Amino acid sequence: MRACPFDAIRMMDLPRLSSTDDISLKKGRGKAVIDFNKCTLCGACIDPCKFKAILLEKETKEAPTAHLKEYKGIWVFIEQKKGKVQSVSYELLGKARELAGKLSTQVSGVLIGNDLDDQLDELIWHGADNIYLVEAPELANFQDESYANVMIQLVRKYKPEIVLCGATSIGRSLISRVAITVNAGLTADCTGLDIDPQRKILLQTRPAFGGNIMATIISPNYRPQMATVRHKVMPIMPADKSRKGKVIREKFDASVYTSRAKLIEIVDEIETLVNLSEADIIVSGGRGMGGPENFKILEELAHVLGGAVGASRAAVDSGWIPYSHQVGQTGRTVAPKLYIACGISGQIQHLVGMQSSKVILAINKDPDAPIFKVATYGIVGNIFEVIPALTKKFKETLKR
Amino acid sequence: MDYLLTEEQKMIRDLAHKIAEEKIRPVAAKYDQSEEYPWDVIKVIAASDLFGLFIPEEYGGLGTNVLNLCLATEEFSRACGGIAVCYAASALGTFPIVLFGNDAQKKKYLPDLAKGKKVAAFAITEPEAGSDASAIKTVGKKEGKHYVLNGLKHFITNGGDAETYVVIAMTDKTKGARGASAFILEKGMPGFTFGKKEEKFGIRASSTRELVFTDCKVPEENLLAREGMGFIVTMKTLDMSRPGVAAQALGIAQGALELAVKYAKERQQFGKSISTFQGIQWMLADMATEVEAARALVYATARMVDAGIKDVAKASAMAKMYASDVAMKVAVDALQIFGGYGYMRDYPIEKYVRDAKITQIYEGTNQIQRNIIALQLIKEMAR
Amino acid sequence: MQIIVCIKQVPETTQVKINPETNTLIREGVESIINPFDMYAIEEAVRLKEKFGGKATVITMGPPQAEAALKEAISMGIDEAILLSDRAFAGSDTWATSYTLSCAIKKISKFDVILCGKQASDGDTAQVGPGIAAHLNLPQVTYVKKIEEVKDAKMRVERLMEEGFEIIEIPLPGLLTVVKEINEPRIPSLKGMMRAKQAKITTWTANDLQANPDYIGLKGSPTQVVKIFTPPPRQGGQIFHGDTQETVEKVAGLLKDVIIG
Repeated sequence: MRACPFDAIRMMDLPRLSSTDDISLKKGRGKAVIDFNKCTLCGACIDPCKFKAILLEKETKEAPTAHLKEYKGIWVFIEQKKGKVQSVSYELLGKARELAGKLSTQVSGVLIGNDLDDQLDELIWHGADNIYLVEAPELANFQDESYANVMIQLVRKYKPEIVLCGATSIGRSLISRVAITVNAGLTADCTGLDIDPQRKILLQTRPAFGGNIMATIISPNYRPQMATVRHKVMPIMPADKSRKGKVIREKFDASVYTSRAKLIEIVDEIETLVNLSEADIIVSGGRGMGGPENFKILEELAHVLGGAVGASRAAVDSGWIPYSHQVGQTGRTVAPKLYIACGISGQIQHLVGMQSSKVILAINKDPDAPIFKVATYGIVGNIFEVIPALTKKFKETLKR
Repeated sequence: MDYLLTEEQKMIRDLAHKIAEEKIRPVAAKYDQSEEYPWDVIKVIAASDLFGLFIPEEYGGLGTNVLNLCLATEEFSRACGGIAVCYAASALGTFPIVLFGNDAQKKKYLPDLAKGKKVAAFAITEPEAGSDASAIKTVGKKEGKHYVLNGLKHFITNGGDAETYVVIAMTDKTKGARGASAFILEKGMPGFTFGKKEEKFGIRASSTRELVFTDCKVPEENLLAREGMGFIVTMKTLDMSRPGVAAQALGIAQGALELAVKYAKERQQFGKSISTFQGIQWMLADMATEVEAARALVYATARMVDAGIKDVAKASAMAKMYASDVAMKVAVDALQIFGGYGYMRDYPIEKYVRDAKITQIYEGTNQIQRNIIALQLIKEMAR
Repeated sequence: MQIIVCIKQVPETTQVKINPETNTLIREGVESIINPFDMYAIEEAVRLKEKFGGKATVITMGPPQAEAALKEAISMGIDEAILLSDRAFAGSDTWATSYTLSCAIKKISKFDVILCGKQASDGDTAQVGPGIAAHLNLPQVTYVKKIEEVKDAKMRVERLMEEGFEIIEIPLPGLLTVVKEINEPRIPSLKGMMRAKQAKITTWTANDLQANPDYIGLKGSPTQVVKIFTPPPRQGGQIFHGDTQETVEKVAGLLKDVIIG
């Protein structure tokens, strides 16, 4: 019952058949009933059932993607902006190399744009065996339709078994359109990718419900198996300059390069407001901050690190900072790559909101504070000394 | 308790509740500090159609009733008594037109009030005429096609921010109680200016000002009903609006009670939540029961008014008196439960105490209400 | 202008709490709400209608209780609501969902613009919007933070990017997905709520849509969930005591790669 994320399973008491029935039939031990108005057939209940009483039957028809075996190779969509490859693509090349090892296959990057020769070597050094390069003046900047058209042509021609793409504004918009058109399964924002050793298919793991549960997803019957991965999730493989690779230049009919929507202008804003849910780095303050004016030192640290400011419930309830900054059970759930908890004791209600952070640094004067049990690094000290010192240090090392 | 509200009543209450939680509560402290008129919130309430609850449909309103007005006022007051009174006082200034206006007057003034584009105010109180309303000195002298008003009103809620005013002035001193008349005035009429804005103990979001009439020419079409009807207009208006004031007090009491229960659960002393202490539990039990009793009185009175029952004066006085006394008591007890924190302006409860006090005073002091109740009681016994 | 809005009813995920002892989801008393991003789409649709005249229609694919979400949209000013409900739709992933919605849109046939929220708060995939555009072969712009101008069957919009925004001109009919920055959703008016109460919701089944049974529901979903689990609890790491300057030096060194990387 508890395994169901949609609250679709209820226990019904068994009716007593007659007064002479065995009274040891305990109340509450009854039959499980599934409410199909709520059940989404996600299958989460199948494993946990001790009695193996739940059976999910999917009509198996012949694989809708004909000739699955024809699909080979792992592709990574290489995202470029203004002619420069974005770091998420290097991260994905590294992961693709690892997966390719398990499948004994090759890694190819797909690079679309214009005038990109200077980017090719780095891609090969970071793991690409091949690069499919499609260049044209019309393709210099990303447009949903034209890039999708090109990807679709390439996928249909070369039949990759797996396609990976960064879960960026560009990546997510592009790859959804491609997946639908080529009739492929797409999993978004994966935090884990692996190969099933028996079935040789891609296992895609991602968070749901704000990261409170994880789901593993597969697309066994459709090709390519497509997945997007958030930046800063996979580590970058160091460049191996001895690597060699092949560049395959493709050209298509001009109609493929057209997009009905037209890009008029790109406007860069240096000072974009850092949104808490999307921030990569969060500097958070709790009861230990003592008052609203002390949040200034957190703002300074956050600014130097390019992050956002968060808060525990204690700080928000005391009126030191608005509720929109609250992290925790009754606030936001966040999973940045770095969460700095300042003067936060680490009550469970706060932890559930940030424990998926990649790295946690806790600063607290109380060595017994529960936060130290989950922090990657902890500093026992006076936050009013430590935080300004950190700010100063990072200003130097990061040259900000 | 379940008051067996209809679907429509629940809808109105839920909509007002949503506005209260999403738009009023977050800004209550801000307006309490700045004492600025909460136009932002007024705009949201206007867009929700709630200003038109008791205005007939043909003039742009929803044509519903006083109970609905009470439900909305109560919900707003739970979040902020000050912002809620801007809404309730506009109703007070609108009722005279709804009850006594002729078609032309209704057509001219009601649509904008129904849409919340303009707010209204009711002006009878003067420095020398509070409980003794008959002692008003503002005069209106008929000159040709106008009445010329001279005098001063004070402590007028929405004064200065309202566009539409109903003003009571003496048109014939010789006739005593039958010598007053009610006029509709517009902000900007020559000779109609505003005096100082009062700095108040509570309900600071609302504006309270003096109205000054210096040879203010009011067209004769703006006379409500007939000459001499002034105090009748006043009494009938107050009968309709008194449940609304009671509802405001009720909302303040409810809001304070909720804060107290929440705080009692969270606050730990002696290793446990203070809500486990019998002393606190008994306080909360008394507070909750009093609030419920007040609610029952307010809703019952509102229903009587809506049913057209003529003899509502005693019930209406009881509802106002009891709800406001309960509001004051519950707010003070709630502050006590907050302990030291309750005394600090950082915490929301002290505002409820300050807001509650006025409900025992305006729209007829509770002393006057007791007079009304007693006299009515005795009169009934004599039959 | 004929506007279509696609919405989803979701559990209120910010309310979905973890039982701290057992590390499982606590689901009692969790409300169903309109996916927060869809609220912005609904509001934008109503504003477009108020500005240019025409009609706004809201569609959702879901169980019968999704009617409540449709009614809420009507109370905000949407004119018509259609519920796509059929057992056959159950188990749909984003491919099947976007297919089903596009069948409904094909059935409506006449429209100028389709608005969707950026993503749903339970799945967080952001795939359905572009998916619909692909099924219907429409131009798309995602992450729209402002509609600057509508003229001559074209819209000029601002699209939010990581470092700023882009200005894009999209011909109509087309599809937009919108982000929070675009507007502030209104509180429904009482008249709106009353209209929603009286409103008749049209329900379409798979048959009504003449949907290909191979493309809907579990059958039509290329992706499948094989496992759901709670992430393992974290373990504590290194704790530093002592001189502030020394500690800061050490920690800064350890964190540098995390920050830049």
